[in-house]
Amino acid sequence: MPRGIQVGAASHIHASTNSRAVMKARIKITLKTGVLDPQGKAIQNALGSLGFSGVEEVRQGKYIEVDLKETDAAKAKAEVERMCRELLANLVIENYSYELGA
Amino acid sequence: MRSAVIVFPGSNCDRDVKVALEAVTGRGVHMVWHGETALPDVDVIVLPGGFSYGDYLRCGAMAAHSNIMREVIAKAKAGTPVLGICNGFQVLCETGLLPGVLQRNASLRFVCRDTFLKVERTDTVFTRSYNAGEIVNIPVAHGDGNYFADGATLDRLEGEGRVVFRYVDPASGLPTAEANPNGAQRNIAGICDERRRIVGLMPHPERHFDKILGSADGRRVFESAMQAVAA
Repeated sequence: MPRGIQVGAASHIHASTNSRAVMKARIKITLKTGVLDPQGKAIQNALGSLGFSGVEEVRQGKYIEVDLKETDAAKAKAEVERMCRELLANLVIENYSYELGA
Repeated sequence: MRSAVIVFPGSNCDRDVKVALEAVTGRGVHMVWHGETALPDVDVIVLPGGFSYGDYLRCGAMAAHSNIMREVIAKAKAGTPVLGICNGFQVLCETGLLPGVLQRNASLRFVCRDTFLKVERTDTVFTRSYNAGEIVNIPVAHGDGNYFADGATLDRLEGEGRVVFRYVDPASGLPTAEANPNGAQRNIAGICDERRRIVGLMPHPERHFDKILGSADGRRVFESAMQAVAA
């Protein structure tokens, strides 16, 4: 899973005179390839029973939004990296990726 | 033996463990709230079962970062024996004191039943009163007990003799799929750290601590610690 960062909106924040402007991190936590996902399997089976016959596989994960006071994109990125590594994702079984924006 | 039980919001086996420890040690047990920043001077620390912090984010993830866990991690690294039962095992994995992670049961169901465990190692602080290879009856009660680690970690655990308990069929003694309540890799029910002083297991020894509870097979987990501390 590539770890993307989009900072396109950051320049807008820098330009803003509103000191309360926040940066939003949109974080996705997904299970690593090869890690069993019984919940994904159950969702897949449920989709099948609803008549969606073309579902090859379902993998489920988490989506987390974090509003940051930080307006410096590089600092925000470093902060979000640490959040993911220290708490939000368990790197034994999960990958994370995120986007930073307004 | 002086002992402490860590109590998180959502712990629900803390008092059962306290009763077991009191009976074995004949003295009081320190119940230490998660918000505390210091531990009393104790010989053994137990992280009990339950649903700390409502299992938010991942089981044990929030508890692993609580105030008191900083102290527990420091003491554990300094050599104080630590036992993690069920949610306590999940917390130990989340802190990194033990490798791997406990995932959702493969069945997606909460499992509450007796399990039969082979005591694979008797050289840990918490298993020295058992006989090597002995099969004991200790119940599980969990929704997330499916032990997972990558292949290299599993091989290392096996190679270093750190798989302490394994779910087995009581008749054959073999780690069959039927004997595995949660899909744990290699039927692993409990493991220990390199120094064999930190043990985590999903089954609840305190629930089979006295014959009146159906079995006293779990009692020797606590007696082992007593012996180890006295030795």
